[in-house]
Formats: sequence, structure tokens, C-alpha cells
Amino acid sequence: MAAAQQERAAARLGESTLMEIYRVMLLSRRLDERSWALHRQGKIAFHISGMGHEAAQVGTAFAINRTVDYVHPYYRDLALSLAIGLTPTDFMLSLYAKQGDTSGGRQMPSHFSKKALNVVSGSAPVATQVPQAAGLAFAIKYRQQMGLVDPNDASQPRLALTCLGEGSTSQGEWHEAMNWAGVHKLPMICVVQNNIYAISVSVDQQMAVRDVADRAAAYGIEGVVVDGNDVLASYEVAHEAAQRAYNGDGTTLIEAKTYRIVPHSSDDDDRSYRTREEVAEWKAKDPILRFQKWLLNEQILTDARVQELEAEVKAEVDQAQAAAEAAPDPAPEAALGDVYAPVEG
Amino acid sequence: MSQMTLIDAIRAAMDEEMARDERVFLTGEDVGPRGGVFRASQGLYDKYGGTRVVDSPLAELSIVAVGIGAALADLRPICEIQFADFIHPAFNQIVNEAAKMYYRSNGEWRVPLVIRCPYGGGIAGGLYHSQSVEAFFTHCPGLKIVIPSTPEDAKGLLKSAVRDPNPVLFFEPKKGYRAIKGEVPEGEYFTPIGKARVAREGRDLSVFAYGMMAHYATIAAERVAEQEGIDVEVIDLRTLLPVDRESILASVQKTGKALIVYEDNRTMGYGAEVAALLADEGFEFLDAPVRRLTGPDVPGVPFNHGMQEFFMPNPDKIAEAIRELAGY
Repeated sequence: MAAAQQERAAARLGESTLMEIYRVMLLSRRLDERSWALHRQGKIAFHISGMGHEAAQVGTAFAINRTVDYVHPYYRDLALSLAIGLTPTDFMLSLYAKQGDTSGGRQMPSHFSKKALNVVSGSAPVATQVPQAAGLAFAIKYRQQMGLVDPNDASQPRLALTCLGEGSTSQGEWHEAMNWAGVHKLPMICVVQNNIYAISVSVDQQMAVRDVADRAAAYGIEGVVVDGNDVLASYEVAHEAAQRAYNGDGTTLIEAKTYRIVPHSSDDDDRSYRTREEVAEWKAKDPILRFQKWLLNEQILTDARVQELEAEVKAEVDQAQAAAEAAPDPAPEAALGDVYAPVEG
Repeated sequence: MSQMTLIDAIRAAMDEEMARDERVFLTGEDVGPRGGVFRASQGLYDKYGGTRVVDSPLAELSIVAVGIGAALADLRPICEIQFADFIHPAFNQIVNEAAKMYYRSNGEWRVPLVIRCPYGGGIAGGLYHSQSVEAFFTHCPGLKIVIPSTPEDAKGLLKSAVRDPNPVLFFEPKKGYRAIKGEVPEGEYFTPIGKARVAREGRDLSVFAYGMMAHYATIAAERVAEQEGIDVEVIDLRTLLPVDRESILASVQKTGKALIVYEDNRTMGYGAEVAALLADEGFEFLDAPVRRLTGPDVPGVPFNHGMQEFFMPNPDKIAEAIRELAGY
């Protein structure tokens, strides 16, 4: 299954896109690692990490019409956001809460947003984005049904992608969203990045079923489980989900099985709830190393190119950090801005 | 001019906005072929079809959240919450999401959403079909809160709400849906959000109210004018958020006395903000303590008729409160 998925994905993507995927995964990882370091140095107040989730996120992102289709991410979606087009500087500006941050310095970091890319601003209460993503998908279908857009026009959004963790599927918000998605056959992809823990609470305390994807049947939507540490398999199931949405065949619930190889956030200590052996076991299954090995094996990547990419990515992260450190703070009075959008006409 | 009930005016506003703009759609429980449990959307399903008049699943949270998503995608949703009492599951989506979206995206993402919501007591609705919930939301910058008390305002304000780029909570005094009738201008007009209305001019005392209580306050004002010659100014606040400070202060500058009437529970109700505003910025205008006539601080409006009437302010109680304050 996995081998066949990888083969199909690789054929569809082609070498240059495969390399682009690798580069984004690497960039996300190095940016994430730098953020942890900056926190330990006392330079930033907070970091929440997506380390370990890069394959599930980047594989998914490359399967949709990036910058056109709607994306309503969650706080671990750094790699996904970079794949859509947010920049390392965007992220660094949010870490430092500097002027130029897409929230204007108002949000904590990792609340990814950029209207020009159709990436919607999220909040911190989990799963709130999922029924809103159903609303975005509802709007897509509405415009198509009203004849306001051509369903095959790829310059228009044709699906809404949203992500959340497995713990967040305990929220009523998620249930209501999946129900709308099923009832209205919405063009939507919901990716549950199942990393086994909701901060400290393990998945068996969240649900009595083994696979979140099993629940899809209850909503009349497609449900699929994928190895979220396999970027090609993640791409492949997301590709199929996107085609389903584009063809008017409704929503797909993708459960990407993965693992967060670091604590929940810079304020967490994961030693109280999981063993070092378990973490080490998952680190050995690192999705970036795994993809790197595959690319080397396929002779798409060389050892020399690995080193070059590391240097390029490091320079990019350095540059982003420098830009954020040099950026001014927002004016304190900017706290009063953007409460109401101006009424026109 | 034509005579309309409050609910006819609300339906007319939705009809006009749906005819004008294909992005406007309606969703909520029973809004489709049934036309809404109060008939606010009667006929709209037949006229505009199931794509634009959408019966939602029985789930208030997602009625609002799907509305937010559609608004983010630049549609113009009108979401109906069947009773204000049922809006609480959607509180998170309204307060944490709709209200904060523009602010948290540095002005990039807008939520042009209208949430229509019948509210208020006196209709044998008991604890869960009688609530006044406005105070929960008037504490929340980023929202606009509108409550009409006349058919003319209901139509003009709802049309303004649909065209507003911000989330607007449009609370409708359901006891007045058919009880309140009035003239509605011919042709298109808009009532601005953010401006109170002088429902009755007067010199002796100001009554501030909204919704059903504004209607009752006008009745009470006429009665005391006739019976005791007390000349009451009634300010129908119409928009609770943003607060129309100028209208409130200007009226008390003229009359020197303020009575605030609301059917919500007394403590931390909307009148507390009006009283605080007057104490802070209108202190020198005041000739008497600021008074409130409100529902009592109990968890809900009881179902028993006598207990319900005990709870609810009405024209008699308002007239009595006016007499008392006028005599101070």
C-alpha cells in the first residue's frame, strides 16, 4: 500500500516538486529548532512547535491549489503555512510580535494568517476553525450552485482545508462541522494530525475508537488513515481528497498518524507524561530523514545537495531572524486599532 | 408609507437585500419551507430556493460558525438563532471568533455576518424562551448590537446590518413581532447603526430603553403626559454597541433626570453602562439619582403567568417609575 502510494505520488509530482517538498520540510524544521533556541535564550516569549508533523502538513499542502484554495490551519501548521507561501520572516515577525506580523503583533505566535494566500486567521480555543472551514466550503459550493463561478475554474477557491489535533476532535465544534460537511456534501478536507497526545493526555483518554477516521462513516463522508510521517503517502491521500472535493464528491476526513517529537510548547515539560524511550523511538522515524533517505535512494538528491540545502535554509532562517530583530515594535496605541472594519458608502 | 408589523418589516428587509445581492443568504433552524417558527422568512424559500434559504442542522454553534466561514469568503449570511435562549452554544464562535477576527488579522479578514435572534419575555416562554442576552455581548468590542422597537427601524437597521462589514447581532423583541405595528416608508432607506432615536421629545425626564421596553416607555410617557403633565423624553437606544454616548448625554443635559428600562436582569445589565456613562460624563447635568427599572435578579422569567408579569416591566410599572423620579 505505502509503496504503491509513494510510487503514484512520485510520478505525479516529478523531481523538482519532490525537491521543493523536501526543502519546505527542512526549512520548517530548522525554523522550528531556531525558535526553541530563541526561547531558551530569552529572546522570545513563547513557541509552539510542529516538529515531527512536517510530512503530514507539506504532503497535504502540495495536493491542493496553494494560495487559491482556502486554508484554515491550527497552531502546529508551520510547515503547512510555509508550503502555502507564508515566509520565514512572517513567522519570525510573529515570534517577536513586531510590526509587519500578520496579526499586527496582537496574536501569540503560530496563529498563521495571510489573506492574500487565503490562509485564514485562527484562534487558540481548539477546533473553532473547523466549522468555519465548513462555512468557507459552503461558500464555495454556494457560488458554484448560484452560477457565480465555474466549478472548474482553478483561479477560484474550490476547496477548504483545515487541520487540528486528535484531542481537538473531542470538541463539539468538530462534530458539528463534520455533520455540516456530510449533510451539504461540502468541498472540504479535514486533516486530523494524530500525534497521540493532547498536551499530556494520551489518545486513549480522548476516544474509545482506535482511528479518528472511523468516525467519518457516521457523518457520511470519506475517512482515511495515513502514515503521517510518510510525505508521499500524505500527499497521495490528500490528492485523492482534493479531487473528491473538486469533483463535487464531498468531504474527506484524513487522519495522519504522527508524533510530536518535542514538548507541546515552550512552557511544557513532556517528561511527566511520556518516556524518553518512546520519544527516541519516534525520533528514529523522523519524517524528514525518511524522505531524505528515499530521495537519496531514488537519486533525486545527493549528499552534496543535502549540505547545500542545509546551508541555504540556515541562511534563510538567519535572515528572517535578523529581519524580525531589526523590525520596530508596533506603536503601543496600535492596541486600539482594527476593532471595527469601516463601513463604506 | 405602509402599515407593517415588526416581523413584516424584518421579512421585507431580508427580501430586499436578497433580491439586491446574490451573496445574501439565510440559514437557521426551520427557516426553509416552514418560514421560521415566527414566520420571519415566510415565502423566502419559495422565492429564492433552497440554495439561499437553508435549513440548518439543529445546532446553534455551527449555524454561527458556518456563517462566519461564509462571511470570510465574502458572502453575506443572515443566521437566525431561533430563540436568544439558544445562542449560548455559539458564544465562543461569536465572542472569540467573529468579534476578534478583524482585530487579530490586523484588519485583513472581515466577518460581514448578521445574527438575527428573537429575544425577551412576556410570551409564556418560561426560562428558556424568554431570555434577554444582550448584556453578554455588549461587553464585547468587535460586535455591533442592534435592537429595533419599530417596524421602520427594524427594516432600516436590518438593511444596514446586512451591508455592514462587521458581525452584527440583531436582537428582535419577539413579543412585539405582531403587537407592534407602524408606518414604514416606501422605497429603499437605511437606518444608521450607532445612532439612538428620540422616540418622544420631552423636558422633564429622560427614559432610555430599547426593544419592547422602548415601545412600552413611549406608551407610559404618553400616559403620564396626559394624566400628570409630566413631559418625558424617550430615547430608543436602537444600537447598544457601539454606545451612542452623544445622544444619551444630550438628552440628560436637557432633562436632568434619567430612568433606564430593560427587561434583562438588573445587575450588570445594559443600564449599568448607561448609568456609569451619566455618572462619569453627565454628572453635572443630573438633578436626581439615575434610576433603573428592570427585571429582578433571578435566573429566568418564570412560566406561571402571575410570576411572569411580576418579572416583566410594563407600561404601568414604567409610568410609576417616571412619576417617582419626576417627583424627586
